[in-house]
Amino acid sequence: MTSVETPSFTELEAIAKRVRRDIIEMITAAKSGHPGGSLSAVELLVGLYFDQMKHDPQNPKWADRDRFILGKGHAAPVLYSVMAECGYLPKDQLNTLRQMGSIYQGHPDVRFIPALEASTGSLGEGLSVGLGMAIAAKMNGSPSRVYVMLGDGEIQEGQIWESAMFGSFHKVDNIVAIVDYNKIQLDGWVKDIMDLEPLGDKWRAFGWHTLTIDGHNPSAVRAAYSEAAHTKGKPTAIIAHTIKGKGVSFMENNPKYHGTAPSADECKKALAELA
Amino acid sequence: MAKYELKLGPATREGFGRALVALGRENDQVVVLDADLSKSTFTHLFAKEFPDRFIECGIAEANMVAIGSGLAASGKIAFVASFSAFVMNKGFEQLRVTAAYPNVPLKVVGTHSGISIGEDGPSQMSIEDLALATALPGFIVMAPADDSSMFEIVKAMAYHPAPCFIRAGRAKASHIYNDGDKFPVGGSKTLVEGHDLTIMAYGLMVAESIRAAEALAEEGISARVIDMYSIKPLDVEAVHKAVAETGAIVVAEEHLVDGGLGVKIAQTVASATPCIMEFVGVQNCYAESGTPESILDKYGLLSRDVINAAKKVLARKK
Repeated sequence: MTSVETPSFTELEAIAKRVRRDIIEMITAAKSGHPGGSLSAVELLVGLYFDQMKHDPQNPKWADRDRFILGKGHAAPVLYSVMAECGYLPKDQLNTLRQMGSIYQGHPDVRFIPALEASTGSLGEGLSVGLGMAIAAKMNGSPSRVYVMLGDGEIQEGQIWESAMFGSFHKVDNIVAIVDYNKIQLDGWVKDIMDLEPLGDKWRAFGWHTLTIDGHNPSAVRAAYSEAAHTKGKPTAIIAHTIKGKGVSFMENNPKYHGTAPSADECKKALAELA
Repeated sequence: MAKYELKLGPATREGFGRALVALGRENDQVVVLDADLSKSTFTHLFAKEFPDRFIECGIAEANMVAIGSGLAASGKIAFVASFSAFVMNKGFEQLRVTAAYPNVPLKVVGTHSGISIGEDGPSQMSIEDLALATALPGFIVMAPADDSSMFEIVKAMAYHPAPCFIRAGRAKASHIYNDGDKFPVGGSKTLVEGHDLTIMAYGLMVAESIRAAEALAEEGISARVIDMYSIKPLDVEAVHKAVAETGAIVVAEEHLVDGGLGVKIAQTVASATPCIMEFVGVQNCYAESGTPESILDKYGLLSRDVINAAKKVLARKK
């Protein structure tokens, strides 16, 4: 995957659909997990792994690889499915998610999957870890870039703003923070729990080049990653407006599916919609 | 018995700063992070000589710890430093999730540990740091007693594959060791031989314990003194030997008695051969402002207190 032709949007959309089906099947099999925030991040992750990032599933520790950290570790199913699509991980074990002995732990765990860049799940820490990796790459003269996906609820954590201050002050221009702004967190709507607005102004005030996009539009996603890669002297934040539960009608914009697994019937219904 | 002059030498934090410079000169992968305390932690020595490998994080310890983990996960030999109270308490969650749990070999150094920092008072004092550090699975925890042992331990731990916490102090430390002495992980140093009881200590309490042993010797009591610089892993052989050969243990530490070295030694002896013990340390309280000497006096961390504990444990032994 170090040198591939740019995939067509049709190809990316086909991958996204397979990933959504995986997410539903995995979480249904596990009988627990976080479908809503996995489904909202699909296009953003597919765009990274199949379009933007330089990486090599045959050589996961390649020193100059681009790196991805899933700050919102509870969306592990979308990451597992995308990495399996790339060839890092076995597809036939995806449905062992959350079971004892499975490499597909409830939250990303480098002890079970060394190809992951970081173990996450405790919110607010991934952006800092990514900054450390981005600085290491700069010190090594490596072209490696670092992408960190943040949940919207996650950025209520104070450490995010410590790292935001650090990233611009130290001109870490090889890192991108992607906010999966699906507007819903566990207890309800973000705006009712701890509103983030004006969110773009906040990132800009912290010195980040800030883009706002439709996180389900592969063309907008590609353009944003490309603009980030060409932005020098400051880090980039991509505020991606998304829909929690995207692609499954009864899960969309429904706080219930932040952390509730579909029943067998709901799974069937969802897969029919994703056929 | 061997005589120690115990002349006041540099603080352990100075040995840390000196070791960083030596490491920086021998290895260009060494990087150092600080949170606006570099003049106090002595990382400023490294910053001056290697500005490109010194990362100022501002007053944001949680962020600093996790950035350090990112650097360490990328192959750098990353040291994060601050006052022990701040890096351990404000950075604990980050130590747990970004260093301990994924086994990232981050090097954490906390200076101004214990209560001997003096006038600044309890908000800056670290009396829980060893309880926290030893509660991180996989972490190695070291508490050197003087400048030279700190210098050697920092240099050695830089190349250890595990994450580690090293505890340093603000106050001048009594000279005990020389540069070049070795301090293996899981080891200890028997500084005074004795057969009536064993005093186990670390940090500043090592010198106090030697003074106590010398005073006890004048009363005909033979006290062994061991520097337990390796808090985790513990030198369990030295503990078992102390039980078998002296039958009584006093633990002296500049830390809460809860969760410190004493608890670990008690756990070790209880699971093998139980032994009577006494515990010298901070007793379920916060200290206060004052000169280091007056604080150590008021809160019971002088050789006098070690002597009293020794007599108490010997009375129980009979």
